[in-house]
Amino acid sequence: MTHVLAAGTNTDVVARETLYWILAILSASAALAMILVRRAVHCAMMLAVVMLCLATMYAMEGAPFLAFVQIIVYTGAVLMLFLFVIMLIGISSADSIVETIKGQRWASLLVSAGLFVILTFGIGHAAIGPGPKPNAANGTDNLTELARLIFTTYVFPFEVTGALLITAAVGAMVLAHRERISPKPTQRDLAARRLASGQLAPDPAPGVYALHDAADRPALLPDGSTSEISVSATLSPRDPNEVPTTVRPEIGTEPVTAASGEREAIPGRTDS
Amino acid sequence: MSPIHYVALSAFLFVVGGVGVLVRRNAIVMFMCIELMLNACNLAFVAFARLHGNLDGQVIAFFVMVVAAAEVVVGLAILMAIYRARRSASVDDANLLKY
Amino acid sequence: MTTLHTVAATGALKLSWLLLAFPLFGAAVLLLGGRRTDRWGHLLGVAMPLASFVYGVIAFFALLGDTDRSQDQHLYTFLQVGRLTVPAGIQIDQLSISFVLLITGVGSLIHIYSVGYMEHDSDRRRFFGYMNLFIAAMLLLVVSDNYLGLYVGWEGVGLASYLLIGFWQFKNSAAVAAKKAFVVNRVGDAGLTLAIFLMFSEFGTVSFTGVFGSVRAGGSGVATALGLLLLLGACGKSAQVPLQSWLLDAMEGPTPVSALIHAATMVTAGVYLLVRSNPILALAPDARLVVTIVGAVTLLWGAIIGCAKDDIKKALAGSTMSQIGYMHLGAGLGPAGYVFAIAHLLAHGFFKAGLFLGAGSVMHGMNDEVNMRRYGGLARVMPVTYVTFGLGYLAIIGIPPFSGFFTKDGIIEAAWDKGGTSGAILAACAILGAGITAFYMSRVMLMTWYGKRRWESDEPDAVAAGDHEAAATEHHQEFHPHESPNVMTWPMILLAVGSVAAGAFLVIGQRFEKFLGPVTGVPPTAHGLFTVPGVIALVLALAGVGLAWAMYGRVPVLAVAPRGRPLTVAARKDLYGDAFNESVLMRPGQWLTRLSVYFDNRGVDGLVNTLAAAVGGTSGRLRRLQTGFVRSYALSMFFGAAVLVVLLLVVRL
Repeated sequence: MTHVLAAGTNTDVVARETLYWILAILSASAALAMILVRRAVHCAMMLAVVMLCLATMYAMEGAPFLAFVQIIVYTGAVLMLFLFVIMLIGISSADSIVETIKGQRWASLLVSAGLFVILTFGIGHAAIGPGPKPNAANGTDNLTELARLIFTTYVFPFEVTGALLITAAVGAMVLAHRERISPKPTQRDLAARRLASGQLAPDPAPGVYALHDAADRPALLPDGSTSEISVSATLSPRDPNEVPTTVRPEIGTEPVTAASGEREAIPGRTDS
Repeated sequence: MSPIHYVALSAFLFVVGGVGVLVRRNAIVMFMCIELMLNACNLAFVAFARLHGNLDGQVIAFFVMVVAAAEVVVGLAILMAIYRARRSASVDDANLLKY
Repeated sequence: MTTLHTVAATGALKLSWLLLAFPLFGAAVLLLGGRRTDRWGHLLGVAMPLASFVYGVIAFFALLGDTDRSQDQHLYTFLQVGRLTVPAGIQIDQLSISFVLLITGVGSLIHIYSVGYMEHDSDRRRFFGYMNLFIAAMLLLVVSDNYLGLYVGWEGVGLASYLLIGFWQFKNSAAVAAKKAFVVNRVGDAGLTLAIFLMFSEFGTVSFTGVFGSVRAGGSGVATALGLLLLLGACGKSAQVPLQSWLLDAMEGPTPVSALIHAATMVTAGVYLLVRSNPILALAPDARLVVTIVGAVTLLWGAIIGCAKDDIKKALAGSTMSQIGYMHLGAGLGPAGYVFAIAHLLAHGFFKAGLFLGAGSVMHGMNDEVNMRRYGGLARVMPVTYVTFGLGYLAIIGIPPFSGFFTKDGIIEAAWDKGGTSGAILAACAILGAGITAFYMSRVMLMTWYGKRRWESDEPDAVAAGDHEAAATEHHQEFHPHESPNVMTWPMILLAVGSVAAGAFLVIGQRFEKFLGPVTGVPPTAHGLFTVPGVIALVLALAGVGLAWAMYGRVPVLAVAPRGRPLTVAARKDLYGDAFNESVLMRPGQWLTRLSVYFDNRGVDGLVNTLAAAVGGTSGRLRRLQTGFVRSYALSMFFGAAVLVVLLLVVRL
């Protein structure tokens, strides 16, 4: 990784400059796009682009560990978390363009522009320096040095952030927990509900055009004709246009148990 | 590249993220804009680390990432809880504290 | 010049605080004890002034037996603030002991009288409480050894006067009269207050010895200012012009109150103040001149008013105003007149109290009727009252050898002796006043005691037939005048003795001059008993009697007052004193009040309300910042952050 830190030759400088400008323009436009697109998913995508650009820049600036952490943790975990939440609650919600608060857009633009100018010129004014100093050539690489810093100088914030993470995890569990206020329906309850609703089988999956799903109904070919080979030879094919009208009355009213042969009461059904 | 370029980019990203927070109504998008602002700060820290020649800035950037991760976890959990209760992810709908 | 050499009290005079303690104790018990003390309250109320009188007599003889006739008993330090130290002490000297004897003596007699007069009043106990309070305050006024203690007593008698004038609280006229008396007195009190302030600022002390010792150093300007301010105070308390309007209204109170307070004692407090302050007045001839002018004007004013009043008490009140004018005239004449002013004061206390008690006795017998046009021919019906009243009448008009002759003559002589234009005018006023006094007092006598019995019913047949209803219609009330019981007649008899003998006792042989001289100074020229101005006054008095007889004795008294000439109408309206006060003082005062209220409502309230409205309006507008939208809050936070950054950079750069 140390070759990344090498400063010096002209080609490197030109390469770095070009790389910088490409990344800068890319990330700037991705950020602008992020605030301008309407759907939340597109927003997340744009943010991913920005994060990846930043990761590259970290690598350029001699922070390879941070670059990889950015990709793995930030883009890979945090952003995915965002996408999961969007999936759960926001997939189809699109912001309307109309701004409800009067003057909010103008005020935001004004303040932001002002802040940008101040930050750039203020900090830039103070930060004018001779340029990047070469790193201390003591033989240790970036990771080791970072580790040394974290576990000696910054060990206390490290421990505290550990506690913070634990707290955050527990807190998220508590917040997302749904309290069950009625008893969990058993399988029997679910089956009874299904029977009572009249729809015994689930709906066909999207893209299925079949009208019936019994095994002895032949499948339809694209031109509308039936296909005889779709029905098993042991069964006799039924008229594809036949629509069953009655259900035999004894279905569902006389369940017979194996042991006694007596009728067993079905919860939720009254005796006929 | 002199640090000022990175600082300028960082400032730009920060400001864009700020505008996004103020202008967007979807709570998740707002959150993502906040993440953008945090990232911009990280970039500035790394640039300054390079400027000073030590790794303190990178350590700080590291901690910022950790805290941002924790914050995202809790924040999104809250968002989900609010969404379940109010069926709306729009930030403008939580306006009961008006005069 | 007077030499006031005060020593510490010795012997019996060491207990001089008992003078104040007795009536104060009585007042406290009666007023705080409430209805529980109703059964024996009046007995305690009579006993306390009597006890003070007994002590007064003991103190008097103790004083006579001592060469040091001015003795001061220091009780405690009343207040000590900064440069000002005011003692609470009692000074017994010739002047104060004279007043003490008058107040407690005449006061006790009037208290005894009140037992009978107020017998049918359920609030009799409260009456005695207030009367004792008055006696205590008046005694404090005359025995205090400094101006502040005098002021405390001054205010105390004002309070007692208010309480007693308005004693019958259910009567609106009484309440109004009490308020009027208090307010007018307050105007005078302002003068006394300013005098005390001036004394403190100039001399650093308010005790008599201190002030009189340093007054010479102050100069005549300060002395004149003090004299005029003290005169203002005296005018208020003694009902002199221009503060005279309250005295006739004060007759709303029960008759013993009129007798004690508004005849014998409180109204004489002003004279006491002036005579006590004689070292100050000695250095202020201009102030003294003003005092004499006030006295002369008032004596004529009161006399003219008294001529036209049909209410017996108001006629006597006018007479009081006039006689006190005489005393002020005497007091303004300097050492020549002080002795006679006090002598006249003491004699006046006797005969005026006697006259008032007699009037009360008549009212008591005539169902509280005060209109003299309803009286007539009462001499045979109430003989004792008639005789005592008559003796008082002879005393007041100045017939020798009764009291008024000697004392009034002394004043007239002193005025005459003043010399110059002022002396002549003052003497002329005094003599004229004597004549008018004789006229109106004779009018009162004739209307009340002689002539046809106007109170008897015009329909004797109806009365005989038992038809009392027809007889007792509004204009023909049934009267059964009768003599008063002993508890009321004996005080009148004793006062009549004073009316007869007091003047002669004091003046003949310069007895009072020698007694009081060390305090006030003696008249420079000695008078004989019959002097030229005195004889002229006597002749004029007899002329007045004759005129009254011609108008009211020979001619039947009309039942309804006739319209009268302009002077009569003016006199009936108190010489437009009330009208003047109302138009010059009351109405502008009311306008000023309304103006202030207007300014308060619009200006002050407007200011406050505007402020409140401004705050409310501003907050109403400011609260619109609370839109409830998170994004607006975020905007303001963002803006705040930007400002912070700017500040940080500005500091750094």
